[in-house]
Amino acid sequence: MTINWISLTALLPLIGAVLLATLPKGAELRAKQFAFGATLVTAASAIAMAVQFQRDNTDLQFVEVRSWIPSFGINYAVGIDGIALVLILMSVILAPIVILAGWNEAQGGRWSVKTFYILILVLETMMIGVFSATDVFLFYVIFEAMLVPVYFLIGGYGTGERSAAAVKFLLYSLFGGLLMLASIIALYVMSGDQGGHTFDLAKLAKLEMSSTTQNFLFLGFFIAFAIKAPLWPFHTWLPDAAQSATSGTSVLLLGVLDKVGTFGMIRYCLTLFPEASKTFTPVIIVLAVISIIYGAILAIGQKDLKRLIAFTSISHFGFITMGIFAMTSQSQSGATLYMFNHGFSTAALFIVGGWMIARRGSSTISEFGGLQRVTPVMAWCFFLAGMSSLALPGLSSFVSEFLVLVGTYTRYPVAAIIATVGIILAALYILIPVQRALHGPTTPGNENLPDLNLREKIAIAPVLAAIIALGFYPAPLLNVINPAAIHVNSQLGFTDPVPTVEGK
Amino acid sequence: MVFNSPTLSYSLLAPILIILGGALIGVLIEAFVGKARRPIVQLSVALASLVLALIQVIRIRELSSTTAAMGSVVIDGPGLLFQGAILIIAIISIFLIADQDNFTSSAAALPGSDEERQATQSGTVLTEIYPLTLFAVAGMLLFPVSSDLITLFVALEVLSLPLYLMAGLSRHRRLASQEAALKYFLLGAFSSAFFLFGAAYLYGYAGTVSFAGIHAAVVGGTGNDVILLLGIAFVSIGLLFKVGAVPFHAWSPDVYQGAPTPITGFMAAATKVAAFGAMLRIFYTVLAEAQWQWRPFFMVIAIITMIFGSLVAISQRDVKRMLAYSSIAHAGFLLTGVIALNKAGFEASIYYLFAYGVATVGAFGIVTLVRDSSGEVSDLNRWAGLGKRSPWVASAFAFFLLAFAGIPLTSGFIGKFAIFSAAYESGATAVVIVGVLSSAIAAFFYIRVIVLMFFTDATEDGTSVVIPSILTRLTIFISLAVTVALGVFPAPLLDFIKPLAIFIR
Repeated sequence: MTINWISLTALLPLIGAVLLATLPKGAELRAKQFAFGATLVTAASAIAMAVQFQRDNTDLQFVEVRSWIPSFGINYAVGIDGIALVLILMSVILAPIVILAGWNEAQGGRWSVKTFYILILVLETMMIGVFSATDVFLFYVIFEAMLVPVYFLIGGYGTGERSAAAVKFLLYSLFGGLLMLASIIALYVMSGDQGGHTFDLAKLAKLEMSSTTQNFLFLGFFIAFAIKAPLWPFHTWLPDAAQSATSGTSVLLLGVLDKVGTFGMIRYCLTLFPEASKTFTPVIIVLAVISIIYGAILAIGQKDLKRLIAFTSISHFGFITMGIFAMTSQSQSGATLYMFNHGFSTAALFIVGGWMIARRGSSTISEFGGLQRVTPVMAWCFFLAGMSSLALPGLSSFVSEFLVLVGTYTRYPVAAIIATVGIILAALYILIPVQRALHGPTTPGNENLPDLNLREKIAIAPVLAAIIALGFYPAPLLNVINPAAIHVNSQLGFTDPVPTVEGK
Repeated sequence: MVFNSPTLSYSLLAPILIILGGALIGVLIEAFVGKARRPIVQLSVALASLVLALIQVIRIRELSSTTAAMGSVVIDGPGLLFQGAILIIAIISIFLIADQDNFTSSAAALPGSDEERQATQSGTVLTEIYPLTLFAVAGMLLFPVSSDLITLFVALEVLSLPLYLMAGLSRHRRLASQEAALKYFLLGAFSSAFFLFGAAYLYGYAGTVSFAGIHAAVVGGTGNDVILLLGIAFVSIGLLFKVGAVPFHAWSPDVYQGAPTPITGFMAAATKVAAFGAMLRIFYTVLAEAQWQWRPFFMVIAIITMIFGSLVAISQRDVKRMLAYSSIAHAGFLLTGVIALNKAGFEASIYYLFAYGVATVGAFGIVTLVRDSSGEVSDLNRWAGLGKRSPWVASAFAFFLLAFAGIPLTSGFIGKFAIFSAAYESGATAVVIVGVLSSAIAAFFYIRVIVLMFFTDATEDGTSVVIPSILTRLTIFISLAVTVALGVFPAPLLDFIKPLAIFIR
């Protein structure tokens, strides 16, 4: 029996979680080390998988199909294309970094440190599963089930109004999920009428349905993803959740889980409902542009560091959504690369921001000040993360933002032009907190804050290295993403508009 | 006139007869066995008869699809599935019922009287509960296999009367318990009258009480439709009362709250299986061709039931009342399966009933554990912080709640998916959409309890979780295991149901 790489990679954290559960109660350090080790092994397994990935092959790779619930035609079916691979890589690389960076963050929780890491490991299994599922039912199951560990991570280990934030997060997501369930049921029933009940994504994509039906089913999926991603006006849960969660949880929440929304738009909305996607594109582009501007403006006004990062993410998700629905291969490649880069730049912001907050004991931006003098290394890290978030050329986010804008411009020039305002606003929402927190006179009480220790430096180094390296040379990722993005687009029947040059 | 002696087909009736026999032996034990030994003897007899009956059900599954007792009873695949489900739920519940702390020691004594105090101090335990349970189970076993209206009515009464009594046996809050019993009895009697009234109309319409005869009359379509409609309406009211559908639900919150918790669990789970079993048989076979007469009515009832149950549950402050309203909402989801009127809907209903029944017994089992010095604490505010003090109990309860809410990887999700997809297939789109939306509402109050248990700091008032007895632990553990197993690997049960789920008319 050959071992499937996806299943193996997904199984590793779960085995880790089970083993971790058997550790004795007091062994906090051992629990952390073990969890860190488990995520490293998982990352190694995923990288081994990535090495074997044939990047020019647009078919799904590492496919495994096993019958799960035959009476409903439900399979355990996994397989990845370039887009899924990139997102899985991002998840498994972020997981150990999150654990290392937030080494002590589980201490303030309602429950034991061990439980925190069990939840993280279970979540990692689900993250890998959700990006690789090719059976719609399996996807839905993981999509919903992963709410439970996140819910307990926010509510159990967060700060402030953590339980309210956790409940808000859960209810929003459940509501969206149930709408999606209604659509999935409809798909299932239709597949039964057209040749046998199935949840296989490829088969469902070939279903014949009237355009009205397709529109309704599309909305069921899209609203669920728009809540997850989150897109204006479905975003209100995110700032609360991000503010209350520990910074490690926030990284996973914004960096990985929210990507399920944008990934779902590509994988499910576009593939299953191409016609409806085209119908709704104008509306979605408008929502995306509103998100870009709205998120940016609200970010500028935030007094709380974590809320600020959350609003910047709403703006970034607007870019990603716009890139997806502009439906050019450039914009979609850009959107996928954006998902990856956003994962890293948000991770950097949250991780360094989390350290600052832990040292100062407050997340209010005005409480900081003069950190550049007191803690130069930490301040530089935050600065660099901020520059990545505002897409400074030479850093990874620039490439993706540029691709999205260029790709969008060829089809929706007005939207692209308005969206560029978001870039200007981004400079404001990053530079204002940088100025207030890092520069200026040292705020009383900050004089003796310690700078980053070795563990923290080791944790942040790979993130910043990736941000810089991919800014100069994004080709390794783009080579994987491009074929998949072109494939998605060609399935939709779109060809990239050829730019017309005046006077020719 | 020649009088043939009736052929009864004893082996097919054996499950019911075994339970009845066990119940009668239980009555004798009550009379002849010494007080000290009674509890263990009664428990053994009850458990033995339930297990024997279950074995017999399994043994006769190959012989299925025949009638017994001169056509009054039909033993077919669905009937056996319902019987099996009822017996399994009864076996799980009997362990819970065996925990005598929940029952009064002297049911006949006035609440608060000296007599009662003496009985409590003398350490008398109430063992009548076992034969009563067995009688109720016998009625439940007969209910879904009845094949004429008279047998159906007899079964209804046999299952109801012991339940009325059992509802009044709570040790704590005796008055509330007795009130619950009386309320249940009066409303139950009322609904029985409705049922009988409807049965009379159906007899008037078809000229026979046998299901086959009524079916033939419906297909023939020569009778008076008004009488048929009246008959369907009144019979439905009787059945909808038993499952607690809105607007015939008024009894259930009070009875759920007042009855001893193990009885509430047993009643909520097993009665639902029996009543929906009978309902599915009637509407899928006898009245299937009259669907235009009852389906619109049922759609309205299902929609109201789902919305009402979910909405009202939100404002509940008592865990038993909350579970009562949640069971009303679940009755609505199950009605969706009746409306579906296709094979998928039928299979889904059986799966749902079993999954829901098992989770319900487990959830009520946990409710019995949360106590203070004066007994069970069902006030939700005092459940605050339970997750801190007793993480395992709280986690188990949270898992049952997630199953009720239909979160994936629990049995509840598969049930909900199956039942909604079947209803959608039958074209009841509106009902499905309402069902999905009320699931979202329902999720809210289940999650609220989880928040309370895990995320709210405890109040210092001495609420504690008692160390579960082995028997209660067994109940909870089995229910939990089944709920997990059916959520992750539902295929074996679904495949088991599929070939059996064919009614014979």
